[in-house]
Amino acid sequence: MATVLERVTKVIVDRLGVEENEVKLEASFTGDLGADSLDVVELVMELEDEFDMEISDEDAEGMSTVGDAVSYIEKKQA
Amino acid sequence: MSDLNGKTAIITGASRGIGAEIAKRFAAAGANVVVNYSGSQQKAEAVVEAIEENGGKAIAVKANVADADTVKAMVDETISHFGTVDILVNNAGITRDNLMMRMKDDEWDDVINTNLKGVFICTKAVTRQMMKQRSGRIVNIASIVGVMGNAGQANYVASKAGVIGLTKTTARELASRGITANAVAPGFITTEMTDGLNEEIQQSMMSQIPLGRFGKPEEVAKAALFLASDEASYMTGQTLHLDGGMVM
Repeated sequence: MATVLERVTKVIVDRLGVEENEVKLEASFTGDLGADSLDVVELVMELEDEFDMEISDEDAEGMSTVGDAVSYIEKKQA
Repeated sequence: MSDLNGKTAIITGASRGIGAEIAKRFAAAGANVVVNYSGSQQKAEAVVEAIEENGGKAIAVKANVADADTVKAMVDETISHFGTVDILVNNAGITRDNLMMRMKDDEWDDVINTNLKGVFICTKAVTRQMMKQRSGRIVNIASIVGVMGNAGQANYVASKAGVIGLTKTTARELASRGITANAVAPGFITTEMTDGLNEEIQQSMMSQIPLGRFGKPEEVAKAALFLASDEASYMTGQTLHLDGGMVM
């Protein structure tokens, strides 16, 4: 079973067209991974589908890095 | 002839008037049509029957466009029934005419909620699906009075001018995802809604129409069909005036 980080990484690579080794925990979506604001909205939508959960707009606004998303999902799954 | 074969379209306020005409024309062009209504169930079902008799596919779905929960349920039902949403026509609209000096807050709020907030809610509700598909068409039915103003319709005019601005923002926000948004601004079209306007407004409008007649719902539907089809592929953020030349 793939880890949360692996699954998040796959979604990001597919959506943003970045290399897998660029997707580090501290990488920010807009600063380091070249996402615009609409990309971030889409990324959150795809994470919702991938992990079968709802991420509220307020929570989504608090996610700026890969690590934020991973820890949010891990916490919600726990 | 514009082709909507295999596309799925939600038409809000499609039980009568311009919306019913758009629903029928879209179905005739091959679209699966969701005939949305809020109160007139029988009329909506009559539109569905007319479409089916003509060999088309349609379902009637009740939803109040100003209520995000019922709109979400409508979009979910559309996707579970037809598998997708390719086109949204924001047509639902009401009037509560009064001179501004006499206009009640309720009259203002009702019209803004249905005509403007309803467009926001419905657009937001289909955006997720359209973004995933990387394609979509949003057609907003505004009004020429939203461009020129009209005494006795402060609420309606403000809502329709708002729709034109919202159309431009929708176009800009979603262009990169293959979604276009355009508006149609009908002038005086003969429907139940305009029959309800007082004689004074009707006459003053007629005197301003170079083509010398009121428009027909099918003339609006044809423009909406164009904007919803691939033929309008390079057009977004625009407002088409269908008003017999009232505003140039």
